[in-house]
Amino acid sequence: MYDTICAISTARGVGAISIIRVSGEEAIPKVASIFDGKDLTKVQSHTIHYGHIIKDNEIIDEVLVSVFKAPKTYTKEDIVEINTHGGIATTKKVLEILLEQGLRLAEPGEFTKRAFLNGRLDLAEAEAVENLINSGTELERKLALNQMGGKVSLKIKKVRDIIMDLMANIEVNIDYPEYEDALVITKENLTPKLTEIKQELESLLDESKIGKLIEQGIKVAIVGRPNVGKSSILNALIKENKAIVTDIAGTTRDIVEGEIELKGIRLKFIDTAGIHKTNDLVEKIGVDKSLEVLNSADLIIHVLNNNEELTEEDQEIISKIQNKTHITFINKDDLPSNLKLDLKDLVYGNTTSIDGLESLKDKIVELFDLDYIKTTNLEIVSSTRIINLIKESLNSINNALKNNTAEIPVDMLAIDIKKAWDLLGEITGESYQDELLDTLFSKFCLGK
Amino acid sequence: MYDVIVVGGGHAGCEASHISAILNLKTALVTANLKNIADMPCNPSIGGTAKGIIVREIDALGGLMGIIADKSHFQIKMLNNGKGPAVRSLRAQADKITYPKNMLKALKETPNLTIIEGMVEDLIVENNTIKGIILANGEEIKAKSVILTTGTYLKGNILIGSENTPGGPHGEARSNHLSDNLKKYGLTIQRLKTGTPPRLKASTIDFTKMQPEVGDNKYYTFSFDTKPLYKINEQQKCYLIYTNETTHNIIKENLSKSAMYGGYVTGIGPRYCPSIEDKIVRFADKPRHQLFLEPESLYYDEWYLQGFSTSMPRDIQEKMVHSLKGLENAELTKYAYAIEYDAIDPLEIKPSLENKIIENLFTAGQINGTSGYEEAAAQGLIAGINAHHKLNNMEPLILKRNEAYIGVLIDDLVTKGTNEPYRMLTSRAEFRLLLRHDNADLRLREIGYKNGTIDEARYKKLKTKINSINEIKELLKNTNLSLNAKTKEIFAKYNFTLPTSSVSFYLLLKRPEITINFLKEFISLPYDEDILEEVEIEVKYEGYIAKAYKEAEKMLKLEGKLIPEDIDYNDILNLASEARQKLSKIRPKSLGQAARISGVNPSDLSILSVYLKKKYNK
Repeated sequence: MYDTICAISTARGVGAISIIRVSGEEAIPKVASIFDGKDLTKVQSHTIHYGHIIKDNEIIDEVLVSVFKAPKTYTKEDIVEINTHGGIATTKKVLEILLEQGLRLAEPGEFTKRAFLNGRLDLAEAEAVENLINSGTELERKLALNQMGGKVSLKIKKVRDIIMDLMANIEVNIDYPEYEDALVITKENLTPKLTEIKQELESLLDESKIGKLIEQGIKVAIVGRPNVGKSSILNALIKENKAIVTDIAGTTRDIVEGEIELKGIRLKFIDTAGIHKTNDLVEKIGVDKSLEVLNSADLIIHVLNNNEELTEEDQEIISKIQNKTHITFINKDDLPSNLKLDLKDLVYGNTTSIDGLESLKDKIVELFDLDYIKTTNLEIVSSTRIINLIKESLNSINNALKNNTAEIPVDMLAIDIKKAWDLLGEITGESYQDELLDTLFSKFCLGK
Repeated sequence: MYDVIVVGGGHAGCEASHISAILNLKTALVTANLKNIADMPCNPSIGGTAKGIIVREIDALGGLMGIIADKSHFQIKMLNNGKGPAVRSLRAQADKITYPKNMLKALKETPNLTIIEGMVEDLIVENNTIKGIILANGEEIKAKSVILTTGTYLKGNILIGSENTPGGPHGEARSNHLSDNLKKYGLTIQRLKTGTPPRLKASTIDFTKMQPEVGDNKYYTFSFDTKPLYKINEQQKCYLIYTNETTHNIIKENLSKSAMYGGYVTGIGPRYCPSIEDKIVRFADKPRHQLFLEPESLYYDEWYLQGFSTSMPRDIQEKMVHSLKGLENAELTKYAYAIEYDAIDPLEIKPSLENKIIENLFTAGQINGTSGYEEAAAQGLIAGINAHHKLNNMEPLILKRNEAYIGVLIDDLVTKGTNEPYRMLTSRAEFRLLLRHDNADLRLREIGYKNGTIDEARYKKLKTKINSINEIKELLKNTNLSLNAKTKEIFAKYNFTLPTSSVSFYLLLKRPEITINFLKEFISLPYDEDILEEVEIEVKYEGYIAKAYKEAEKMLKLEGKLIPEDIDYNDILNLASEARQKLSKIRPKSLGQAARISGVNPSDLSILSVYLKKKYNK
């Protein structure tokens, strides 16, 4: 029922090969019509064929073509993948030829959308694929793979099962009021049960913060008066580490000056260049303006010059950032100290020696517990949609807890509890009333 | 020539024939045995959790069950009274002699209704349209519409141990050919099983060793139009006893002799109504199980041993019963048995209960795969109404899941089907807070009126009730509690905390400890108790009720996305094959109904929804 779509599936850039993916009913015949080699309409599924893409009898590129027939494919439709050799210009040319054949250029994520619509992936898995495609670091890739493999779904299912047991128990009390078989859920014993569920959900959310770190990295703003060494710190960090080359534009409002990877987590340095200019003009407005930028940062590094005395401007910055996650970094510790500062937890360093910034990096690792992240099994939730559903689910449980103390009957609280269960079911796309009855009858001995 | 013929005089048949006659159709009720009209072959009670609310709904829609039950019971109990209002439900111990007698009387007094004795063995079907029935003696009776309510009589088999006797519940004759003939017309037949416990002679029971179970101290009625007829202090007692280790050992040792475990049964039994051997096998760690002894009637001395249904041979049943405390010398007047019977596949019927294959043929009750007197009666009522509507080219009455348990019941049946006898449970209703015992009339009387089953007098009564409720709510909203000395005194007397400032009575009523009767200390409320109770519930639980309405609206939105009747599911390429097959068979009316079909996944639903948008621009 869907038309046939195609797109370049590898990253745009110079690489040895590029892959064009074609999916849909017409994938095989359309590619076959521009392919000089074996007749692709007659080959077996899951086979690769050598040949040329031709147009008007002219060879455009030497290619390898893989043919995958439905339904055992990514989209559950017929898929052809063309491995081109000739760099971006040639690849684009091949794509153009395909479009001339009446195929449509796929929208971003459309292959995955089809995989979902055709029942190949559940929602959580489909999201994970998107993340996998966009992942830059190794950790991100692991996280995405875990979510795709349904490990997150399993964790959520575990919480749902706890809720289900409680629901089944409440229902048994209602449907079989005269039976002693089941524990009677009362106001008193409901609170600890709800609290357990609440804690499970909260721990999922806690973990999701780590997920967010891995997926989105840590946004860092380096602030300080002019000439305290902000740029040299940034440059030293970037020079030392291999910068990650990614296409950032559009993912954030901020302009990122550079990125480094620290223990597998991306540190993205926000451009604070604009701040200095305004700083010079009107001090007050300058600090306010910079704060606006700083609000979006996960970490602020305030740089002070060890060799100079503290100024009013420094004080202003100190007071403005004290409630944010920040590090006060005393630069130029190789020079004599003229700085009188009544602050704890200072980090000293310089950009003149090779390991002059080690202490700064150690502090970041400590602040964000990056060593721990590296060792977790990464079966955590990172998608915003999933996090929101868990939050809503938690709200529902909190509501039940609150109303339980307000003498609302347990069978009404069941509405909140069921809602929490339904919301979690939305994550994996399953919510069946039938499950309740199955649990009911398998757990309790009931009936005449 | 009749307008409607109802086949079978059980609870479904009684309601179907009555309502059809009320709707001015020339109606015949054909039963194999006149004395089995409204028979109660299993438990001696009407109502129960969720079922009691169904009886209220039947009454709200103009059916008979509530009125007859009110006249025919000797103990009444509001179940779940200690819980929230959403789950309260009435149960009455009904007299097995009086109930059928009162029902037969009511039917005989119904105009347009003829009762005929005869065993139906075949149907007259022309061009996939029903034209009448054929009796065992070959006699043909013509009708425009036929409602089958055959209960367990289709190829019924009674099983006791290894004995297998063809017949209905009391050893009556069964219909040998009707289900084969239905198969011949293209219907799918399935085999179901249910069971019933032994009956004991009262004079041989030692009640002194048992714990009495008494009725409530308060009058309740199922019907919105009857007054309590029994005397509250003349209610009969039931008794509670327990199985013990000896009982369990007898059962374990003889398990292979039971019809179920010995492999003599092919039908699928209900999970919620397991036999005692089932309970002992499946819940081996339970040291005891509850059993209830209930009197069957004031007019004969048989007691029903609830919880002890079994298909063991007679001698083992005796041993089992005699192992129970107080039943050491009990005489078994009837042995427990399992019964197998033929039923149709409810996926082959429409939400109106009309058959998808044979036009103007309706089915209700156990033939549709349900269990229970109340479930049967509810379907009978709807089948009767819709048989009338079909003959008069009117839209069928299809109750929604947020309107009535009856709506849940029928939607479940025609959407999910069933492979065990279906019993209504509160947990089957996702909007049970809306489907309460107290508001059945508010939910359904108007619908009944519009469908011609509720008369002007009863409709007027409903309008008055609605007006009163609104009046009281306004009054409570607009009147404030004044914090004077008298108020303080009253609050102190009840040991309630006094509000810090003057609040409206409406807000005051939302407090957990405050009842509407307490408000009478301050404000005159000269209304009937049921009206005051209604206000109390609606005010107290306003927040949760609003939540339930919101959830219902979500469902209704999907329910509103209709699927054209002529849709060809083979035309939708990417549907999973299970979904395609189920959708083609069930042919849901809306995306909402499609979503409830097991095996139709969210991805199938997305595909279906995209297809509808593309093809029909819906």
